[in-house]
Amino acid sequence: MIDKSVTSLEAAMGGIANGASVMIGGFGTAGMPDELIDALIARNIGDLTIISNNAGNGETGVAALIKAGRVRKIVCSFPRQADSHHFDAAYRAGRIELELVPQGNLAARIHAAGAGLGAIFTPTGFGTTLAQGKETRRIDGKDYVLELPIHADYALIKAHKGDRWGNLIYRKTARNFGPIMAMAAKTTIAQVAEIVPLGDLDPEVIVTPGIFVQRVVEVAPAYLAATA
Amino acid sequence: MINRFNRDQMAARVASDIPEGAYVNLGIGLPTMVANFLPQERDIFLQSENGLLGMGPQPPAGEEDWELINAGKQAVTLRQGGSYFHHGDSFAMMRGGHIDICVLGAFQVSIRGDLANWHTGEAGTIPAVGGAMDLAVGAKQTFVMMELLTKQGDSKLVETCTYPLTGLSCVSRIYTDLAVFSVGSTGASVIEMVDGLSLDNLRKLTGVPLSEFRGEAESRQ
Repeated sequence: MIDKSVTSLEAAMGGIANGASVMIGGFGTAGMPDELIDALIARNIGDLTIISNNAGNGETGVAALIKAGRVRKIVCSFPRQADSHHFDAAYRAGRIELELVPQGNLAARIHAAGAGLGAIFTPTGFGTTLAQGKETRRIDGKDYVLELPIHADYALIKAHKGDRWGNLIYRKTARNFGPIMAMAAKTTIAQVAEIVPLGDLDPEVIVTPGIFVQRVVEVAPAYLAATA
Repeated sequence: MINRFNRDQMAARVASDIPEGAYVNLGIGLPTMVANFLPQERDIFLQSENGLLGMGPQPPAGEEDWELINAGKQAVTLRQGGSYFHHGDSFAMMRGGHIDICVLGAFQVSIRGDLANWHTGEAGTIPAVGGAMDLAVGAKQTFVMMELLTKQGDSKLVETCTYPLTGLSCVSRIYTDLAVFSVGSTGASVIEMVDGLSLDNLRKLTGVPLSEFRGEAESRQ
């Protein structure tokens, strides 16, 4: 019997080592897998490359990971925010490398990795400083930039419900990067509010099929208490 | 006496150009205010880059759900018939040309429709781009909503942008506190001005060549 559910956050983090590349779902705090990140911090490893839309908000999630000094490089679209003080300090001190990627290119590059594409041609960023030095091509009269896929060793994502085969459904805008990051990482670890018996999730509405998910861990939902 | 538009009037003016049935993305900041002036009886589909179509207004205080937010990370609601989707689909809606109109703020727009709105390029500032570049080049029409002049009195409608670009030749309309402009391959033209302003005044204020708008055919890019 295949059972991808793990009983502890500590067990969910098994194998993540120094220097790993880790995708982290979430847009701001919505969909941010805070408890998985706390478990990653507790693992006491560093030199991580983080791929996430933002560079942390407030004191939790990616912000806590940066504060703990575990992040060597972050690949994201929108690091600078009113409450990104931990990233700002690390960046200004030269302790963290930033690769800034337009949000849609970030999504497309992650998706390309998950879909096995060698690269994509995207119109986004053409003629801007973010495309400097990159190969371009005119196709049917429109200009595109060649962008490479973004792979990762691990993805940490938050979903609403999951089952022992790794099937997932999400909740509202907490879905954001979860489904595509699950596709792009070698090992995807999902925290869910509830693990349900196999067959309970309607196959017509499963968003992430279990093939993209390796570990599922149940974490009591904190979303009602969370703040922006 | 020039009757400069306030921000509400600017937002109402943009809203008046958004037709029923349009799929629309409103950028963070000033453009968000446009939503307040879209008539409830008009079915207009607001898209939010973080995976939301059919976005409704902010919920009453105390009823926020922080897993239902907009691109500015404010709590919002979902209208009946609305839907959720992941980031790949959200940006496919933009790049794939499915979004009819996006409304963005700007630091500068050139008379040919180049947009600069993501980075001042100043040393020491931390750059952040978000979805601006995808929206600017992806939407069928990109509108800019901004005050025409900086606090120092410099025109934000320029011949050539000096700030780092967001996208090339992507803006078609600019809604400001003083005038509405069409921009594109044939340059900038004035669609309308607030009371008390003349085309000559506007030429002096902006320092760019301006013609009178002669209809949609002219603004096609």
